[in-house]
Amino acid sequence: MKQFIAFVRKEFFHVLRDRRTLLILFGMPIAQILIFGFALTNEVKDSEILVVDYAKDDASQQTISEIGASRYFNIRNAALTHKEILSTFQQGKIKAVVVFPAGFNRDLLHDNQAHIQIITDATDINTANMITNYLTSIIRDYQTKINENFSIPYQIIPETRMLYNPQLKGAHGFVPGVMALVLMLVSVMMTAISIVKEKETGTMEILLVSPFKPVLVIFAKAFPYLILSLINVTAILFLSVFALQLPVKGSLLLLFAESTLFIITCLALGIFISIKTDSQQIAMLISLMGMLLPTMMFSGFLFPIENMPVPLQVVSNIIPSKWYYIIVKSIMIKGLGIAALWKETLILAGMTLFLLTISLKSFKIRLQ
Amino acid sequence: MRTLRFLLRKEFRQIFRDKAIVAMIFLMPVIQLVIMPMAADYEVRNVNLSVVDNDKSTYSQKLISKVIASGYFKLQGYNSSFKEAFRLIESDKADLILEIPHGFERNLIREDKQKLFVAVNAINGTKANLGGAYLSNIIGNFNADIRMQLVQQPRFSSFPVINVVASNWFNPVLNYKVFIVPGILAILVTMIGGFLAALNIVKEKEVGTIEQINVTPIKKHIFILGKLIPFWILAMIVFTIGLILARLVYGIIPVGSLMVLYAFIAIYLLSVLGFGLLVSTFCDTQQQAMFIMFFFMMLFILLGGLFTSIDSMPDWAKLVTRINPVRYMIEVMRMVILKGSGFQDVMQHFGAVSLMALILNGWAILNYKKTN
Repeated sequence: MKQFIAFVRKEFFHVLRDRRTLLILFGMPIAQILIFGFALTNEVKDSEILVVDYAKDDASQQTISEIGASRYFNIRNAALTHKEILSTFQQGKIKAVVVFPAGFNRDLLHDNQAHIQIITDATDINTANMITNYLTSIIRDYQTKINENFSIPYQIIPETRMLYNPQLKGAHGFVPGVMALVLMLVSVMMTAISIVKEKETGTMEILLVSPFKPVLVIFAKAFPYLILSLINVTAILFLSVFALQLPVKGSLLLLFAESTLFIITCLALGIFISIKTDSQQIAMLISLMGMLLPTMMFSGFLFPIENMPVPLQVVSNIIPSKWYYIIVKSIMIKGLGIAALWKETLILAGMTLFLLTISLKSFKIRLQ
Repeated sequence: MRTLRFLLRKEFRQIFRDKAIVAMIFLMPVIQLVIMPMAADYEVRNVNLSVVDNDKSTYSQKLISKVIASGYFKLQGYNSSFKEAFRLIESDKADLILEIPHGFERNLIREDKQKLFVAVNAINGTKANLGGAYLSNIIGNFNADIRMQLVQQPRFSSFPVINVVASNWFNPVLNYKVFIVPGILAILVTMIGGFLAALNIVKEKEVGTIEQINVTPIKKHIFILGKLIPFWILAMIVFTIGLILARLVYGIIPVGSLMVLYAFIAIYLLSVLGFGLLVSTFCDTQQQAMFIMFFFMMLFILLGGLFTSIDSMPDWAKLVTRINPVRYMIEVMRMVILKGSGFQDVMQHFGAVSLMALILNGWAILNYKKTN
């Protein structure tokens, strides 16, 4: 035990000596949580749209000013022909076009039936969908307004409640996601690289011939990163509560316990990668190229997992950050306790055990 | 010129000597480009719905079957109370709750007005939000049906109605693959180029071989060029493979000119590689280089407009996206490949990445010190 502590201390000095890496290690997650917490949102606002008004009458003007008054849209008036519309789309200047046909007001008053056409740039489907929805609801509100004098029979009025996140802030979904992403990559890369580095420079051999148990050498190398990652968790939570006004509805203690478990899973993955590879470059490419996109995609914070084809849903189960994302979201925002999360916890624990076991197995083979 | 040729030969040999790295450069993007787009799907279907029907009337039944028949929703079950349904939301088994209050049918007929409750799990917006919007739409249509049945219809409806007709250009069937593949290709090429470039000089520093180059009379800019060109060529090849894959696997055929696309990517890569080399000249260890690249790559990717819209970002973030090369790349890919935009349309994008390429490479040359 005494040996182990001495070794851990040495590793700590090793890490702390490199000021620049340390700065990156702490500065990076903090900057990312702040930037993404504030900048990312699934909402659509300030979208540039083009209004093509062939009617130029009261009704069309009023509708246009309703659209312009909402924070979702900035109106540009310009094009009139199909060709002009097309070229404005091609210049990437607008997201949608609203077309009022000639005689809009007349149709509305005399036939009680008027049409508005919405054209969206569906190269960006999410935005296109949202814009259509927002525009439709603005137009529907306008219709209700002009119908105030008519008594409309049999109205069903849906009332929508937004659970957990009434202001629809992006941070509620993105912060737990970025947290899972950052912690994962930092812990995996750091451990993987620091162990491979010893191999590459040849110092590993020296460590291995020492009377110190090889397994403990590896653990001692991973230990400082556990502490550093925990400090990171603390900083991130602090920021998300005080800067981003995210709640921590559930138990803070549980959140830390689960974070520790997740970090250990990542460290185990890092150890596994480092045992399987021989050069820093490969270790890094695997942890970055091989993991950055998949973790982003499969954690569930960017794309809903249940929408994926079944084989990919199965694949998503082996991504640790998927489980951690569910855990953080549940504890922080939903305020759930361990009773609701035991399954996720067991899965992470199982992964850790598995990774450590196969790492240690292949590690022994290397020594023979 | 001759020096450059020798340098290039050396670099290529170095890259191709390590089979694992070569495999990584070519295989990883291919695999990811084939698999990732299938995972990136926001399409609103199978929104998990829990229904609390307190009325159990003909109308409530009709409404529910209309909702299910729309194909967007998957009924998770009938719950006897909101509380029970809420538990499904808590465990992520449901995204939406539709609660039909007591006396729904009776009140609707007697009082002409009746409320319905929709609860949306709003933690991560898009799917639930769109689901909520669709549900309201279906309720609206159901409402119109009911009215049709109950009101003695005059020839024309008795109050003004505005019909909205929506059409989607450039991707009329709203195929998500078409939307995401060009973006993912852009990101993969950026990562390959950026990471390799960033690691390169720093590796020579760490191993010590850079000293040997420093004592030779090789000019700084020749040295940087020697580092730049191999990765530029590799990234171009990866990009081409990606385009072919996009066509074979996803049937995406560029509408616009390939010339414009290649001209753009050629300059764009210079800016990304320049950035990588610059990071490389600043760092002492591969670890540092990797972390700095990781930090910026995440920023570039998440602020690139692929996953969330740039329009909706706060002003300071919009400013940041102006110096984000990935943003321009993703835009140009979508514009040229999907919309058929021409050179005129993407001129500003050309300007932006050219400027970045100049500044970053210039800086990298200045920052690379032969004496250290």
